[in-house]
Amino acid sequence: MSNAKEAILGRIREALTDVPEDENLQTQRNYRQEGTLGRQQVVDLFAERVAEYKAKVSRIPREEKITASIRDACHQRAVEKLVIPEGFPSDWLPEGFTFIRDSADDLVSHHELDQTDGVVTTCALGVAETGTIILDAGAGQGRRALTLIPDYHLCIVREEQIVELIPEAFDHFEQKVSQEGAPITMISGPSATSDIELNRVEGVHGPRILDVLIIGNE
Amino acid sequence: MNISLFITCFNDTLYPNTGKAMVKVLERLGHSVIFPFEQTCCGQMHYNTGYQEETIPLVRKFVDVFKDAEAVVAPSASCVGMVKEFYPQVAQRAQDPQLAKAVDDLLPRVFELSQFLVDELGVEDVGAYYPHRVTYHPTCHSLRMLEVGDAPLRLLRNVEGIDLVELPDAEECCGFGGTFAVKNADTSVAMMGDKIKNIKSTDAEVCTAADNSCLMHIGGGLHRQRGGVEAVHLAEILASTEEQPL
Amino acid sequence: MSKQQTPTFQETAASYLDDTQLRRNIGHATQTIRGKRKGVVQEMPDWEALREAGRALKTKTMRHLDDYLLQLEESVQEAGGTVHWARDAEEANRIIVDLVKQEQVKEAVKVKSITTDEIGLNKALAAEGIQALETDLAELIVQLAEDEPSHILVPAIHKNRAEIKALFKEKLDADELTDRPEDLAEAARLYLRKKFLNAKVGISGANFGVAETGTVSVVESEGNGRMCTTLPDTLITLMGIEKVVPKWKDLEVFMQLLPRSATAERMNPYNSFWTGTTENDGPQNFHLVLLDNGRTKVLADEMGRQTLNCIRCSACLNVCPVYERTGGHAYHSVYPGPIGAILTPQLKGLEDEGAASLPYASSLCGACYEVCPVKINIPEVLVHLRGKVIDKKKKEGSLRDKLEPEHVGMKILSRAFSNAKRYERAQKIARTGQGLFARDGMISSLPGYLSKWTSTRDLKAIPDQTFREWWRQRDE
Repeated sequence: MSNAKEAILGRIREALTDVPEDENLQTQRNYRQEGTLGRQQVVDLFAERVAEYKAKVSRIPREEKITASIRDACHQRAVEKLVIPEGFPSDWLPEGFTFIRDSADDLVSHHELDQTDGVVTTCALGVAETGTIILDAGAGQGRRALTLIPDYHLCIVREEQIVELIPEAFDHFEQKVSQEGAPITMISGPSATSDIELNRVEGVHGPRILDVLIIGNE
Repeated sequence: MNISLFITCFNDTLYPNTGKAMVKVLERLGHSVIFPFEQTCCGQMHYNTGYQEETIPLVRKFVDVFKDAEAVVAPSASCVGMVKEFYPQVAQRAQDPQLAKAVDDLLPRVFELSQFLVDELGVEDVGAYYPHRVTYHPTCHSLRMLEVGDAPLRLLRNVEGIDLVELPDAEECCGFGGTFAVKNADTSVAMMGDKIKNIKSTDAEVCTAADNSCLMHIGGGLHRQRGGVEAVHLAEILASTEEQPL
Repeated sequence: MSKQQTPTFQETAASYLDDTQLRRNIGHATQTIRGKRKGVVQEMPDWEALREAGRALKTKTMRHLDDYLLQLEESVQEAGGTVHWARDAEEANRIIVDLVKQEQVKEAVKVKSITTDEIGLNKALAAEGIQALETDLAELIVQLAEDEPSHILVPAIHKNRAEIKALFKEKLDADELTDRPEDLAEAARLYLRKKFLNAKVGISGANFGVAETGTVSVVESEGNGRMCTTLPDTLITLMGIEKVVPKWKDLEVFMQLLPRSATAERMNPYNSFWTGTTENDGPQNFHLVLLDNGRTKVLADEMGRQTLNCIRCSACLNVCPVYERTGGHAYHSVYPGPIGAILTPQLKGLEDEGAASLPYASSLCGACYEVCPVKINIPEVLVHLRGKVIDKKKKEGSLRDKLEPEHVGMKILSRAFSNAKRYERAQKIARTGQGLFARDGMISSLPGYLSKWTSTRDLKAIPDQTFREWWRQRDE
């Protein structure tokens, strides 16, 4: 096996004899690296762009409304049995539903996840320009399987977590990836496919319904 | 200005009227036109087909003929594209630094006709009269290689009496592509079919472009189909006047 | 890669051109996506700056590929993964088959990967009694239909909804199926759900591998990619060596360029980035197989090298007037379209007649270069490869090759054009020679090589006076 490695590296070096050894090419990053919109505009843009993917977006002015909002969302989607990731604030959860708690000590199996109606999570970051939610498996977000197997995902985003541009997001996760090796998942709308006649259709293997709840900081 | 005319072998042999039209336009604008007899061919057909070694003497010839010219102007976007895009590579292939330098010196002085008129001379109205319904096909090399932009359209819009109509899917290739038209004739003709359909949909009497090679292909198809639309080079429309119509 | 000769583009294009259903399907799909791509690109004020950054990053990576691959290997291993190196398809298949066999399974779930198609992995697994289950909708369609992919991004682009419905009815026992894309997607969801939940081994390709952190990524839409890279205990990822990028931050460039160029979305639904293994989350065994399979040959050609910058968005296919009319199968490669026309001949080598015909499957219109998100000058490379085809023919060609009308014609014309007197003589000969064929200034029928022209187009005859003859007369 190490033979193959040496052989490939040898071929590469032979192929690159025209490249000076001390060459150090600089990349001009003349693209937008930081947003220019005001806070409220960023949040509005995020809400608008997420909704364009056929996800439902709701906004509440402050945190104290959260329990009622989660209850309403689940009622509307007729969801009764939800999986709750480790670190998700318990006091946010409404009564009258079945919650299955996932934790490092007590992992919910894939088959059990398949028997739930949905999942409710927080997120690590939102990106306005592309309407993207980003998870880094931190507290309240859960393992990757949790937001994948259930058919319904309710994701809670705080206004202050929303950035305008993609480069701001990659900046944000740099430490988390290089030091902790955290898995990063970017979600832009419900699962979809463009495989039939190159037209986007929502709903394939991942959650077919995505609701996003934005909490203001009034 | 003393303008050296690069007629291109294709126009010299098959479309002399395009060359005559170009002379007429440039002289009407008060310039003197020079035609160096030693010129032959830019080598595009050879180069693009893969006969790149054979292109080297043609590049040498071109540079030799035009090296002292004030401006070299040609009625063919694809031949000018060849000169501008690939001559430096030919010089490199020839491993001749002197040729490479001569090419570099000459390139900024080589122009396609419409680009020369609009961008270099700053002229958009050449005093033409052409009372016909015309649609314009932007050829691929004029559009994407030379980036002539709307220079041909600016010139056409200023032609008196013209009824200029937009061509649907104008920027799609007509399917000529040099030896592609023969090597991959079936595909080439399928592309031409769609182009002709679009041209006919405009009800134009004339389809024009900055390149006779594409026009030969489009015109050949139209003629075979009795399409009732004529393919006419841009220079010929620009040369036409009320006193001396095309 | 098989040493068997593939058919040439010219030989097979005609039959695809005659397939009106195919042309309608592809025409419809590519025209829709072209319009959408334009929209999402135009709304980006810094698109050109992103393209330039993408080009520069890829160029830098290729020029120091050995360093970045070593760094990637180290990072992946540090993060708990295992790295394997494969010189060619056979070696890659052997590595992957052995890894799957170690897990003692008869089935593996796969997320769409053209690289695994390139090495013929499914066949290699099948030979060992292991079924590789394609989970991407389009790949599933191709697999069920026992067909070949015809597009980089949407391998079943040549099939329309009605054809897919008929296929699913037959193969998935879905009786009550309509041809609504929603219902077709639902049928695939039901069929694959159990497979995902029970999968022990997942196989993927990779869009990017970050040297600095060891992070590997899969960009997708359906969630099957997440399923395959998250649920199984073991994940095996096959990655072409050119897919490495130096730093995590570099992804911010490609993750803006790729979705807009590929599916014409601001962002595709799901992007997964994993770094080795994570306790309690995702596969606990991660194998990264780095594949050469001809890529170092591409790297060795200074002009051709830029081909490796490709991020497989397929924007060039969607704008190509040739691809739009022939479809992908005429290219006889898992990499069709303009990028395939330059990548395939370089990977396979020009000894393969089919591969050597591909650089000519283009009118050089330049639409591909215009949309390429990393600015690969495809026309320039096409012309460069044509030069190599002819150089090879001159060196090794048979007498028959050298007596081909085109070859002879080019030789004669080159000699004629190098001198004005000879050139003028040639003009006169041609004018006299056409006498047999010309009528009213037009030629409707020519023999031999040029009959390809006159079978569908009239040819303008050479007029009585050339321009230079007129000029001479005018001077007198």
